[in-house]
Amino acid sequence: MTRIVVIGNGMVGYKFCEKLMASTGGKDFQVTVFGEEPWPAYDRVHLSAYFSGSSAEDLIMAPREWYRKNRIDLRTNELIVKIDRDQKKVISHTGAEVFYDKLVLATGSGAFVPPVQGVEKKGVFVYRTLEDLDAIIDYGKKVKSAAVMGGGLLGLEAAKAVLDMGLKAHVIEFAPRLMPRQLDESGSSILKSKLEELGISIHLSKNTKQIHGNGKLTGLEFADGTELRVEMLVISAGIKPRDELAKACGLKTAARGGILVNEFLQTNDENIFAIGEVASYENMIYGLVAPGYEMATQVVNQLVSHEIKPFMGFDMSTKLKLIGVDVASFGDPFGEVEPSKAIVFEDKVKGLYKRINISTDGKRLIGGILIGDASAYNMLWQMVQNKMPLPPEPEDLILGARGGKEVAGAGLESLPADAQICSCENITKGDICNVIEKDGLAQLSEIKTCTKAGTGCGGCLPMVNDLLQLQLKSMGKQVKNVICEHFEYSRQELLDLVKVKGIKTYDFLLDKLGTGDGCEVCKPVVASILASSWNELVIKQDTIQDTNDRYLANIQKGGTYSVVPRIPGGEITPDKLIVIGQVAKKYRLYTKVTGGQRIDLFGARVDQLPDIWEELIEAGFESGHAYGKSLRTVKSCVGSTWCRYGVQDAVSFAIRVEERYKGLRSPHKLKGAVSGCIRECAEAQSKDFGLIATEKGWNLYVCGNGGSKPQHAKLLINDVDSETCIKYIDRFLMFYIKTAEPLTRTATWLNKLEGGMDYLRDVVVNDCLGIGEELEREMGFMMETYACEWKEVVNNPELRAKFKHFLNVEEEDPSVQFQEIRGQKIPATWG
Amino acid sequence: MITELEKYKTADTSKVSTWFKAASVDAFPKNGGACVKYKDLQIAVFNFTRRNEWYACQNLCPHKMQMILSRGMIGSAGEDPKVACPFHKKTFSLKSGKNLNGDTCDIATYPIKIEDGYVFVGFEK
Repeated sequence: MTRIVVIGNGMVGYKFCEKLMASTGGKDFQVTVFGEEPWPAYDRVHLSAYFSGSSAEDLIMAPREWYRKNRIDLRTNELIVKIDRDQKKVISHTGAEVFYDKLVLATGSGAFVPPVQGVEKKGVFVYRTLEDLDAIIDYGKKVKSAAVMGGGLLGLEAAKAVLDMGLKAHVIEFAPRLMPRQLDESGSSILKSKLEELGISIHLSKNTKQIHGNGKLTGLEFADGTELRVEMLVISAGIKPRDELAKACGLKTAARGGILVNEFLQTNDENIFAIGEVASYENMIYGLVAPGYEMATQVVNQLVSHEIKPFMGFDMSTKLKLIGVDVASFGDPFGEVEPSKAIVFEDKVKGLYKRINISTDGKRLIGGILIGDASAYNMLWQMVQNKMPLPPEPEDLILGARGGKEVAGAGLESLPADAQICSCENITKGDICNVIEKDGLAQLSEIKTCTKAGTGCGGCLPMVNDLLQLQLKSMGKQVKNVICEHFEYSRQELLDLVKVKGIKTYDFLLDKLGTGDGCEVCKPVVASILASSWNELVIKQDTIQDTNDRYLANIQKGGTYSVVPRIPGGEITPDKLIVIGQVAKKYRLYTKVTGGQRIDLFGARVDQLPDIWEELIEAGFESGHAYGKSLRTVKSCVGSTWCRYGVQDAVSFAIRVEERYKGLRSPHKLKGAVSGCIRECAEAQSKDFGLIATEKGWNLYVCGNGGSKPQHAKLLINDVDSETCIKYIDRFLMFYIKTAEPLTRTATWLNKLEGGMDYLRDVVVNDCLGIGEELEREMGFMMETYACEWKEVVNNPELRAKFKHFLNVEEEDPSVQFQEIRGQKIPATWG
Repeated sequence: MITELEKYKTADTSKVSTWFKAASVDAFPKNGGACVKYKDLQIAVFNFTRRNEWYACQNLCPHKMQMILSRGMIGSAGEDPKVACPFHKKTFSLKSGKNLNGDTCDIATYPIKIEDGYVFVGFEK
């Protein structure tokens, strides 16, 4: 048994434990870890997520349970105060002594606080730990503005946090530009104007001389005599290695801080290693997580006698999204290390800046900077790392090929096998190709699990996926969009087979055409196909449905469900409104008006759903299908009946359309809208299908959506009458349902459709495939067979009986707990 | 809620001291699950009709501490039977309890026996 003591439970300290367990399963080692913070290691890289709603638990690298399972003695809240190298033991502030055979110092760093007069005042914080963040959030509630000292990576992260707290944000940087280590003058100026657009004030070349305020901070005074009135200051001006323990026990440290290590991460005591931000290799401190992980891996390799690669320094290239702006800097961003020439592209209108530095012989890329669009980062970084030859027109690398040609020589194919793809986990192209070729992996998720590539910052995932597709292709495997391991078919193929063979159940389909026992991917896809083909009651096959379709309601935090009755076109009588109010009151439901002009009732226990619906149905409501991948709502403006501008009766037409397609199951949700005039108050151009009234009839728009990637709908046809309009929507929707991939909205479907909008118009309007009538007939069948799912359930005791939490007792789930907000209830906790 | 999680410990068939009579076989949905209450534990029981197998595990998904796994879809990854949490589709082996995405804790599993048309869940101690 080798006794290992790790001082420091940060990201690198944790990674050391993880790597050690992964390579030995913990056998032969007795590991004790000391962390001075109250919680296990958490993700410091994504600290600012804490301000936008992530909890401390979300940031934890691994729960305590993980340490227990691996028999690691994790002691949080315990500070080591002394290392006794003679007796090989460490002593904590509680007086506890632990002996070691090997000691790993992963003490990391603290915030560097410049010696400015007044830093002790109230309202001055550092940005480093969760406790710092709690204090910042607390104080932030009392003030309206905050300044961040430091315009580097961390400082800008902190500025985002300040912005997320709803405060006026200032950034103060000593240097004449932002991110001085990564960006040049022009890059910084583009980033600056982007950040200023977002409301952050940037103050460059400012040397803070004094912090004003009587006890608590009221403003800053700079060396140039200017002042800034601000109520809070967050210092994020750099890091200071935590080398005090090492110093005290006689380990050698660097003049600028940090414990001196050799290429094997050993200190001058061969039994003591230092890794992460506290280690100084050749007078260099590495304040990024990737080199820290690399050091952890190297020490583990030595301990388990794996092949050892000496640590030779680490590339400090980085790519990140700073407050929504892509920023990347790679290789030698300034072109100063060796003679070079730069190619620069700058677009101040769009906020783009791209610079690549080329060796003077024009053969190699040595570094560069990307701002505004860093999509080329992975490939460019690979070219630098692997000294790959440049294409004949190197400007293509940042401008893209012009004149319809592919960019030459920049493909993944030309990467050598030892090219590092994932820098967090140090996974090479060869590693990834190997598991695809030898272990037969064919899914991105499998590759992630098996190699751990992309599990750190995730930045390399697009490249890993491209590599997967490329490798599969080169192995002669057809790269086909199959649904999952259980069906070697695309959704469209399965749908055709289901229709041709008249297959009506999932089990039969799996027996006939699939392998294995199904999964959470193919089950709902097939359920959707069956519903789109036969329109039978979905909960007849309840266990192949996603939970929302299984319980005909939307699951919410805490495991309760929300209920949305259909309110076609958003039109509702006072009597019906009263019923919704009464039902909500009776069952104590949280009510909210949705974006689709309906009312959502939250917080219903699963056993309450049938009772709630019995009352709603009694009052004439039907299911709103908010739980299904199906038609949600057709939104409308008030139209010509009331509005002085209206040219068509938008409400009546919206109701007609919603009634027509209600209950229609599709590859993804469907939303529609009808606007009564050109003012477009119903926002029809952001819907899957949208109608805008004209003097002559309707303009029909299709394939728009809101959501994370908003896309405007495109005009399919203009000035058509109501009947023609409906005919075309019938055809359009059915064509989409029959041909789209699973969980693909109409916008994405159109983007991938060969021929695009012109082709879609050819199919729908000109009927170039001759399937127009068939599509209309199929849509007709869906309307004839429509039945309100909830009506069926409410009137069927057998189906009703499925709605309960416990099978064996008539009790409610005791874990469902609520708290109050503004006079209504919300779920109590979320793990 | 960590304490809630600690209530669930995998039971080994050879060490079972209590066989809890949960409900009749017919009460469970085919190829799906339901939740049964035993003392203060919530156990998800799965009737894997297709494989002619039964499985039981904690109802608590360790990812967001939600009592939900019994409502998850079941299936297979290779040969391994699995359940997917309805919230974020974290999947767990029904045999070993192992988290198959590799980013969440594993779950506790319990042995099942069927006698006289009834489903029994096994617990240690």
